[in-house]
Amino acid sequence: MKDAAAIVGIGETAFARKLDAPEKTLAVRAILAALDDAGVSPSEVDGFASYTMEATDEVEVAKNIGAGDVTFFSQVGYGGGAGPATVGQLAMAIAAGQCRVGVAWRSRKRGSGARPWAGASQAFSAPARWTRPWGLLRPVDEIAMLTRRYMHEYGATRDHLANVAIAVRTMANHNPRALMYERRLTREDYMAARWISEPLCLFDNCLETDGALACVLVSAERARDCRQPPAYVHAFGQGLPRQSHTMVNYWCEDPLTGPAWTCSRQLYRRSDIKPHDIPVAQLYDAFTPLIPLSLEGYGFCAKGEGAAFTEGGALEIGGRLPINTSGGGLSEAYVHGFNLINEGVRQIRGTSVNPVRDADACLVTAGEGVPTSALILRK
Amino acid sequence: MSEPLLPPVDADSAPFWEGARNGELRIQRCAVTGRLIFPPRPMSPWDPHAEPVWTAVSGRGAIWSFVVPHPPLLPQFAELAPYNVIVVALDEDPTIRLVGNLVARAGGPIDEVDPATIEIGAAVRVVFEPVSDAIHLPRWVLA
Repeated sequence: MKDAAAIVGIGETAFARKLDAPEKTLAVRAILAALDDAGVSPSEVDGFASYTMEATDEVEVAKNIGAGDVTFFSQVGYGGGAGPATVGQLAMAIAAGQCRVGVAWRSRKRGSGARPWAGASQAFSAPARWTRPWGLLRPVDEIAMLTRRYMHEYGATRDHLANVAIAVRTMANHNPRALMYERRLTREDYMAARWISEPLCLFDNCLETDGALACVLVSAERARDCRQPPAYVHAFGQGLPRQSHTMVNYWCEDPLTGPAWTCSRQLYRRSDIKPHDIPVAQLYDAFTPLIPLSLEGYGFCAKGEGAAFTEGGALEIGGRLPINTSGGGLSEAYVHGFNLINEGVRQIRGTSVNPVRDADACLVTAGEGVPTSALILRK
Repeated sequence: MSEPLLPPVDADSAPFWEGARNGELRIQRCAVTGRLIFPPRPMSPWDPHAEPVWTAVSGRGAIWSFVVPHPPLLPQFAELAPYNVIVVALDEDPTIRLVGNLVARAGGPIDEVDPATIEIGAAVRVVFEPVSDAIHLPRWVLA
């Protein structure tokens, strides 16, 4: 499937703590915007991929946008693990001839809607019955547990986590669409912030956002005739490691060797582009500690060196690996990571608000800590 | 005090809770390889032909990590916050890790131990706190 399909359209709604329109309307608006960006008619759409947590199904999308006969549709599980997999599965479907115009999307009102961890349906999934009765309730608690262990084993500090939060916030300060566009974040602000789950504070957490995003894929051949320069799907990986659990990944051999490691082995196995060739990355950032863990898992440094990698402005423009150049989930919008996909495309097009010079490839990852996925996009 | 958050008891977990009611920490073991298995499940991942058998372990371990949650939380925990949640690596197999709480004494509240005194690596032993007829939660005290 290498370079066989490309993202040729991206679209999104505004991002806000509260949007009035329902999730379905937001989904359709984002999809139509992406099709318009690509210069592709909605009637040509014959493939769909989204998240199992997505509330608007393919039938609803197809009937609203006026799609024709649809011949491929799939949903990927595990929340923030799904984003790049929706694109990767469409790319495979296009390469295999199962569809010709694919749309991936995510619409979510996490800002004004309910908190999933507080809902009854989340109360006792298979692993939750071994964690929640003792008060390990929220995703932030589950990741904080890994973070404390990571700090203990490798000497990571809150300063390293602050490096991540500040680097990503600075990106958002250049992006008028970002929720945190006008809000600076200093190291003093970070250190003074209230705890959410020690050792994680407020600024280690992503935003609560309403919004929707979508992208359009076609074959490489068709992509040459589209309105926008293509972002080729060069490589794709998914990863569910041996004996891994979702979020509460305490019952495998080494919980600090997470799904990113499994995913990246598959990703690079089929890729001509290796970590040292990648000039910019969009790394899933629901929580700051996922960045050092992802830097290790995706091969930018050795195990245990992810925290030290963040030093000296490495994640900022001009650094070794600028990340989350639209502000990511921490400071632009948290829509299960789909904004990372669209920003990856903008880097390839050269239209990012924080353009990385000569960005001929971009890594886009899903959540570390859940069954995950990743893409390498290239010019 | 709000109702405690009680886990459902099913075929996979019933022997664990039965053990807890008897003051015993029970973990599954692969009948062929002898490796411990957690969380409990119908099949052994270590041998496709082996069913897990239940075995009592010593109830001793070491703190692998811990967190201190602050609000927003579910009501029954918000009133205790900040409290601790620990992960304990069992002495028999440190890759078997149980989520629990560090308490000062059996039956003590989960917000009693000063979080600043909690150390990764500290030796702990299990105690059980009845929170309903069916559920006696394992918690941990310093050994």
